[in-house]
Amino acid sequence: MSALLEVDGISVSFDGFKAINGLSFSIGAAELRAVIGPNGAGKTTFMDIVTGKTRPDEGRVLWGETSTSLLKLNEAQIARAGIGRKFQRPTVFEDQSVADNLTMALRANRGPFAVLFWKPTRDTARRVAELADEVGLADQTDRRAGELSHGQKQWLEIGMLLAQEPRLLLVDEPAAGMTLAEREQTTTLLKRLAQTRAVVVVEHDMDFVRRLDCKVTVLHQGAVLAEGSLDHVTRNPDVIEVYLGR
Amino acid sequence: MTRKPLILRNPSILIVLAVLAGFTLTVTLLSQAYGSGVIPTSMIKVLGKTLCLALAAVAMDLVWGYLGILSLGQMAFFALGGYMIGQWLMYARTEAIVAASMAQNPIPPTPAELQTGVANQIFGVVGSSDLPLVWSFAHSLPIQLALVVLVPGVLALVFGWLAFRSRVNGVYLSILTQAMTLALALWLFQNDSGFRGNNGLSGLQNIPGLEGVGQARLSVWFLWASALALGVAYLLAAWVISGKFGSVVRAIRDDETRVRFLGYPVEGFKLAVFTLAAMMTAIAGALYYPQAGIINPAELAPIASIYLAVWVAIGGRGRLYGAIIGAVVVSLLSSWFTGGRAPAIELPFYSVNWVDWWQVLLGVAFVLVTLFAPRGIAGIVDWLGGVMPPRRHGRDLGPDQGALQEQEAKA
Repeated sequence: MSALLEVDGISVSFDGFKAINGLSFSIGAAELRAVIGPNGAGKTTFMDIVTGKTRPDEGRVLWGETSTSLLKLNEAQIARAGIGRKFQRPTVFEDQSVADNLTMALRANRGPFAVLFWKPTRDTARRVAELADEVGLADQTDRRAGELSHGQKQWLEIGMLLAQEPRLLLVDEPAAGMTLAEREQTTTLLKRLAQTRAVVVVEHDMDFVRRLDCKVTVLHQGAVLAEGSLDHVTRNPDVIEVYLGR
Repeated sequence: MTRKPLILRNPSILIVLAVLAGFTLTVTLLSQAYGSGVIPTSMIKVLGKTLCLALAAVAMDLVWGYLGILSLGQMAFFALGGYMIGQWLMYARTEAIVAASMAQNPIPPTPAELQTGVANQIFGVVGSSDLPLVWSFAHSLPIQLALVVLVPGVLALVFGWLAFRSRVNGVYLSILTQAMTLALALWLFQNDSGFRGNNGLSGLQNIPGLEGVGQARLSVWFLWASALALGVAYLLAAWVISGKFGSVVRAIRDDETRVRFLGYPVEGFKLAVFTLAAMMTAIAGALYYPQAGIINPAELAPIASIYLAVWVAIGGRGRLYGAIIGAVVVSLLSSWFTGGRAPAIELPFYSVNWVDWWQVLLGVAFVLVTLFAPRGIAGIVDWLGGVMPPRRHGRDLGPDQGALQEQEAKA
């Protein structure tokens, strides 16, 4: 199985502090992966590098069948290449309606002139309705996103990610601030999504990770400490020391 | 899927266009040239100029209210448009005068002699007799008309590309735009920049080839042209900010980073809107200065662009009609107060002279609007339309916990 994303020996330091230190990571085209690690392990920086927000000092980030280097692309180009990112805090455009938010995220030509002459069609309207239905906002499409509850905003953002049809989804702490029922829904959704695309979930919550039932990568001090099933890594003495030893 | 036409989706367009048409018709019927003559020609010119300022304000609203860039350099584009049309106006008129005087000569003048004569007339005031390179096309109306939009457009494109590419944002970008207009003004102030230094271009109210028409009719023609330009620009602006493009532009205003992660080339969108607004502003300037009669580098002073921002803020940014209301109301009030016609308030110990105190009043109004009515005068329209934020006495607005709070909805 060839990898969809291959991160090879990246390092980055901020003011002398090595946030990422020779990290290597790869994920297949249809795979669910959880990334765990204590605070400051470099989980968010890792996501920033993959999505183009931060440039690594060294290393390679290769993408897709053609192994394109992502390091030369900016955030928007990386997003168009098929990498979607879900932030920890739900970020939707509060001033606009749910339908507008979803329409903006729909996969389409993103150039200014293409967007200027873009017109809604029966297809796009149906797609927006489907997405709204999928994330449980079917009867809320005309409401301003700012009026939605925290959980609904999370779902709207997930809907927007789905609309982008990314090949790789990076999800930052999806369970934060969710109720137990919402967590279960989220787990189901993430598992289903991983059947057709790659999904990387960064999470603190061990229970949530256990429920995902997937391969786990443990980060520590900017490098991979262990990789394997959750049971496998939790038996690893290094992991036990990092998580429990202090 | 069929969609309602733009005008039906956005009834404010129809209202604005109807009011504009009604205004133009009324003024025409009250003018000296075409009607009862209640409105003197000088007032017609003030009204025509006000429509041009309203057009500049609509462009400012696109850039500030919708895209979120507080550009303090819009008047640079306005003045550049004026300079471009002014070059032709001045050249063609001087050429006619010089040709008439040279017609007395025993030998008819050659084109080169004619040009030297024109250059002497125009640039004698700055101690030069050569036609500068930037006047190469001044003899041609079509070329100068094209330059009206091209020069400011290219300036906006280059400036915007450099600024947006480096991701300069917020206050820093505002300062940069202000520096741009100041630098341009200082350059134009120099005698050897080729635009007659601080003398500027004058006599622009005389349109070559229309000498026999008279200012009374000409002023009404310019009012029509200004109204037409405002109407067309309003339609264009309303179309641009409707639909998905407008959605993306407002999204950039609210959360630029998030728009990038959606895959939109943010810089491209900013450049498109900034350049379009610069061109609209330039057209406004090209219509304004023939009515004003004179343009000089003082027109590019940073304060002029700040006034534009104040008008849009008072009128209500993020609403195109708000920009028009702000520009019309504040600039007309301003010319009334500074024209010496406003009665002074006699206090026992001090006489409030509005020529001096108007700016203080405007400043206070700006602060009050910013603090208490961020939607400006256009907020009244929202209020009438019943879109006031609901009063829930502190409870959540939505059905669920964590929804937008009452205080947030008012912003």
